[in-house]
Amino acid sequence: MKILIMVKRVTDPNVTIRPNMDSSNVDLTNVKMAMNPFCEIATEEAIRLKEAGIASEVIVLSIGDKQSQDQIRTSLAMGADRGILIETDATLEPLNIAKLAAKVIEEEEIDLVLLGKQSSDKDNNQTGQMLAAIKDWGQATFASKLYISNEKATVTREVDTGLQTIELTLPAIVTCDLRLNTPRFASLPNIMKAKRKPLVIKPIEEFGLDLTPRFKMLNVESPQVREAGDILGSVDELLEKLKTTEGVL
Amino acid sequence: MRESMEFDVVIVGAGPAGLSTACRLMQQSQKEERELTVCVIEKGSEVGAHIFSGAVFETRALDEIFPDWKERGAPLNTPVTSDEIYLLKNAEKAQKLPNSLVPKTMHNEGNYIISVGNLCRWLAEQAEELGVEVFPGFPAAEILYGDDGEVKGVITGDMGIDAKGEQKADYMPGMELHGKYTIFSEGCRGHLGKQLINKYQLDSESDTQHYGIGLKELWEIEPSKHKPGLVVHGAGWPLTKETSGGSFLYHAENNQVMVGIVIDLSYSNPFISPFDELQRMKHHPIFKDTLEGGTRISYGARAIAKGGLNSLPKMHFPGGLLIGCDAGTLNFAKIKGTHTAMKSGILAAESIFTAISSEITVSNELSSFTEAFKTSWLHEELHQTRNFGPAMHKFGTYMGGAFNYLDQNWFKGKLPFTLHDTKPDHEQLKPAAECTDIAYPKPDNKISFDKLSSVFISNTNHEEDQPCHLKLKSEVIPVEKNLALFAGPEARFCPAGVYEFVENPENQQQQLQINAQNCLHCKTCDIKDPTQNITWQVPEGLGGPSYPNM
Repeated sequence: MKILIMVKRVTDPNVTIRPNMDSSNVDLTNVKMAMNPFCEIATEEAIRLKEAGIASEVIVLSIGDKQSQDQIRTSLAMGADRGILIETDATLEPLNIAKLAAKVIEEEEIDLVLLGKQSSDKDNNQTGQMLAAIKDWGQATFASKLYISNEKATVTREVDTGLQTIELTLPAIVTCDLRLNTPRFASLPNIMKAKRKPLVIKPIEEFGLDLTPRFKMLNVESPQVREAGDILGSVDELLEKLKTTEGVL
Repeated sequence: MRESMEFDVVIVGAGPAGLSTACRLMQQSQKEERELTVCVIEKGSEVGAHIFSGAVFETRALDEIFPDWKERGAPLNTPVTSDEIYLLKNAEKAQKLPNSLVPKTMHNEGNYIISVGNLCRWLAEQAEELGVEVFPGFPAAEILYGDDGEVKGVITGDMGIDAKGEQKADYMPGMELHGKYTIFSEGCRGHLGKQLINKYQLDSESDTQHYGIGLKELWEIEPSKHKPGLVVHGAGWPLTKETSGGSFLYHAENNQVMVGIVIDLSYSNPFISPFDELQRMKHHPIFKDTLEGGTRISYGARAIAKGGLNSLPKMHFPGGLLIGCDAGTLNFAKIKGTHTAMKSGILAAESIFTAISSEITVSNELSSFTEAFKTSWLHEELHQTRNFGPAMHKFGTYMGGAFNYLDQNWFKGKLPFTLHDTKPDHEQLKPAAECTDIAYPKPDNKISFDKLSSVFISNTNHEEDQPCHLKLKSEVIPVEKNLALFAGPEARFCPAGVYEFVENPENQQQQLQINAQNCLHCKTCDIKDPTQNITWQVPEGLGGPSYPNM
């Protein structure tokens, strides 16, 4: 069984970001980037399936700029076998990412796609679902447990009402939620080995797809700062304040 | 058994010194066609994440390693266009010092305003291209000693240990990294450097080291106020006669300015809060006029080793070298440590390469380093300025400044005597009862801010469930001595709110709470704690601040 994992380079979730001066986008100059945490979980799950003898090969795909190689290398250092980067400087929408991934799936004859449920930078939560639609494959989103046997995947999903367990026939798409596993750290020797693992870079033009964006970003703003509250001593004081200074009573 | 890996040279810390060593080693290895394995480990989550200096940079050492740095795209984009020095007399008034009265070391023609973090990011790329293995996110936790007492490498920190010391699901043990030579370039007061100095008594012939704490903010200001290349230095207010230090404002690229203060850690009044000094300093018209209407982007702090040549310990020991600010090569008279750290890295690489090529055994010390150091421009530069810091301490800002003007401009640092300053900074605090409390103004949230919102934009982050990396030798000293006698100075000198005295709800007694996850890795607590009760240890890898463009 061949697994494709998809990883995205995002701003490190521990770092504060802000709009650039003309508010046209987020200022990313020298901001620390990292792998989307949900993609780490997808990587970990794929590697565990390989270690368990269920998967024969784990291929990692990223679509983005040249630096996205760093995130592919991280996946390889964790244990993935080889990488593919579809290189583009454009910011692609989930639908276009899904279209490109579908092409790779055909070329590589993939049986299972594991990806994060959403990326921590834009929180779209769309790519997995769109990919399933394009491929007409079964999908299980928000997975917190994954079990594979006899060409079938049994997946526990975290849904609003609790946990839902479903069975899918492979090939299928599974998007990973936080509680699926705890990703491992890459060790020094594995980081060194990962530098020699195969990584193919494909120019995006090679795919001959129409990737015209459907959205236009108009403006980026920081969220409004919440003003500090006052701590009052008594209900009387509160009533007084509401009547006089606030004028709402 | 821990796993181990062998290298010719292991370098601890991806700062200017360590990366310069790595690059120079590989350049020599290519020139002489002798294969060499070199690795650099770095505790920050990426190279540059913990590099705080944002600085006026002299290119002398960079010119030596990469004469073609411009073509290689080194991030030196803002040449210094003018220097201004002010004596701040009070919260409103300042007097500009005429150029002719400024010590020569404070002139900056030909220098650049840069982010040293970005310089390091670039240096790491050069190093990797040359074949160096650079590993960010891996702190060196312990020194490995060989049978003859020589250093034979380091052990990287364990990952995935919980607060109680138990292994978690993602536990990964640290690795032994063995090197024919190990270079320690951790920056000021490196936690391993400190151990090496003690073990090999490297400071037996030098004065005690002196430190300062630098606090800095990065601001994006209104384009109309931005003058790229302008360097402003201030002396005097808000610091008083007993407290030496100085302030700065550098106009960098992209409408950004770096504003900050350096305060000598020899200060005596335990009520001094370096953080609050910075906040009120910014309200002086010299700074406020520039900052008003701008946005604060980042904040951070770091201790600096400023003792200069008098305090410089021996830099070699069996199996390795202590270089850069880890030893203390900063030139305080120029307030510059990057070019000197880089030069110490170049010299280190050259003596190590010679030693490895000639197959000298490891137990031989790299004494050739000291010979090379003594005949280098680095030594000459540090020798010229050896009296600068002690003069400021002995004679105060004004008279010390006057001495330094004469010493540097008339005698070029060649006066036939050396001033010494032998009292360690942590012994300088006076009991709180003998000092006046300082009432710092409340932040206005436009120019000045509180500590926690500041720490937030340093992007510091530590895995929460891990052992506390700030170790107390005695649990009772913080309350019984530091609080009782010195009014709890750690709550003030820590620029990140790590130390807090809180009331224990059970017995209504005060107790020290350590918020280790706020730590900026500045090392001030390890230096200034009056009883040296606090030991800074390295936390789990990837932790600490993440400074962009600082």
